[in-house]
Amino acid sequence: MTNHYLSVEGLKKAYPTRDGKAGTPVFEDIHFSIEKGEFVCIIGHSGCGKTTILNVLAGLEEATGGVVIMNGREVKGPSLDRGVVFQSHALMPWMSVLGNVAFAVKSKWPDWSKAKIAAHCTEYLEMVGLGHAIHKQPAELSGGMKQRVGIARAFAIQPKMLLLDEPFGALDALTRGTIQDELLKVVQATHQTVFMITHDVDEAILLADKVILMSNGPLAKVAEIVDITMPRDRTRAGMHHDPQYYRIRNHLVDFLVNRSKTYAGGGEFEQYDPKRPPVVRPGLVDTSDAALAPDAVRPLTQLKKVVNQ
Amino acid sequence: MSTNLSFRAALLSVLLFACFIGIWHLATLPADGGAVSAADAEYAALMGQGAGKAEGFPTPAAVGRTFVHFLSDPFYDNGPNDKGIGIQIAYSLLRVGAGFLLATLVALPLGFLIGMSPLMTRALNPFIQVLKPISPLAWMPLALYVLKDSDVSGIFVIFICSMWPMLLNTAFGVASVRRDWINVARTLEVGPVRKAFRVILPAAAPTILTGMRISMGIAWIVIVAAEMLVGGTGVGYFVWNEWNNLALPNVIFAITMIGLVGMLLDFAFGVLQKMVTYRD
Repeated sequence: MTNHYLSVEGLKKAYPTRDGKAGTPVFEDIHFSIEKGEFVCIIGHSGCGKTTILNVLAGLEEATGGVVIMNGREVKGPSLDRGVVFQSHALMPWMSVLGNVAFAVKSKWPDWSKAKIAAHCTEYLEMVGLGHAIHKQPAELSGGMKQRVGIARAFAIQPKMLLLDEPFGALDALTRGTIQDELLKVVQATHQTVFMITHDVDEAILLADKVILMSNGPLAKVAEIVDITMPRDRTRAGMHHDPQYYRIRNHLVDFLVNRSKTYAGGGEFEQYDPKRPPVVRPGLVDTSDAALAPDAVRPLTQLKKVVNQ
Repeated sequence: MSTNLSFRAALLSVLLFACFIGIWHLATLPADGGAVSAADAEYAALMGQGAGKAEGFPTPAAVGRTFVHFLSDPFYDNGPNDKGIGIQIAYSLLRVGAGFLLATLVALPLGFLIGMSPLMTRALNPFIQVLKPISPLAWMPLALYVLKDSDVSGIFVIFICSMWPMLLNTAFGVASVRRDWINVARTLEVGPVRKAFRVILPAAAPTILTGMRISMGIAWIVIVAAEMLVGGTGVGYFVWNEWNNLALPNVIFAITMIGLVGMLLDFAFGVLQKMVTYRD
């Protein structure tokens, strides 16, 4: 039916209430797809079920309804095909940095010799700039370095897809910027397919090919899918010189601040079809007036250019 | 600063000990003159106790002489009722070691099972709750009847008393391994055995070691009482035997030894605990 690399169809999650009845679904009727080599970010307020969606993609949690299909196969349970970077790095403190990555590599290739595993791990740790720290214990590392080890661990098993659960959420802005650059470099080099949760609009614009906007939970939906139409060779330093940048940024912030609350069932969205959420390209909207005066209030219809496929 | 502190603490300890010995010495000074009546002295002489023999609570000097006497030859063996303190302590340690080892072999796997399975937690909980508060010595008659051997019964008592802290701590440690680490193992498709040994065991090790340390402390307390009942050998039997001999200096000596060995055991487990503790 679908020929997407990964497709999410009708996903729904409801947690049982205390008396055992099914509660109001956190989200339902979630449809979206990810192509091979695509970098997809998902943005939404707390409680809209982003992490749950990621856990379902990872196979760590079961959805109440709907399916996830990857490569023509239903996702059932966790697998080495999907690497996960956890929000809280999740390094095992009794293993060294190398040991943590080697544990993952050994899981993927149990027949490899010790030397081969060590060489492979070192390569990936050097990739995230930790070549000097491979024999340290995680407790000796800063938060940013720990998170990098987590990223190296996920990349080292060469998964078909990478799932990142707000990996930079706990880091200070400076460290976050450096690691974003590193991630960008690695992803551009490896053409890795990535699904990432973030709260940071700039991070999403920097990294993503498309951004999935979730309306507020409960009963959260995919409100819009925003194509980031800026050229792929973005850098953190040069990104804001692109005229598209502010248009996209305004659109995303506008959504988070104003529209995410009211999205479900608004009259404006009468034709909303959850199977094909509106795809918008705010970067390409030719609003020279708006670009000149970005603070001016613009009507929604002008800002948005719906291009349903 | 800290060396200064520990030096002052050590100095204070020595002072307190000296005070203690001093007060003890003053309290047990032989009373002048008429404290011992003529009749009593005569009675004592009749009973074969020379006038020079210490009366009442032993003085620190007498106990000190006992220490020197016993420690100068700790491993002599003059038959069933006269063995050196080293041999007695070795017997006790052997029993504690055997019982403790057996308890570990049962408690660790069982604790793993309980910790991993909410079903087993609930199913076994009533048994554990009932068995746990039973004084280990209450098992003694049953053990003697079933096992028909006093030595083995002693080991059994140690086994049963070491069991509970280890079992509960293992179950707790295993059940509260951080969700993230389990999820890492799951996404890496780690097999159950590898997960148990490489993830859960190291994660729970500090908690498990705490349980073992508590168990060892209890076992060392219980072995003295058990050996008083079972008799034959061991430091508990030694204490009881010396009480029957009314040799209080020997009793005080044995008590001190029990304390010191217990401290060393606890220290050893403290070192083990430090080895498996991870900094997060």
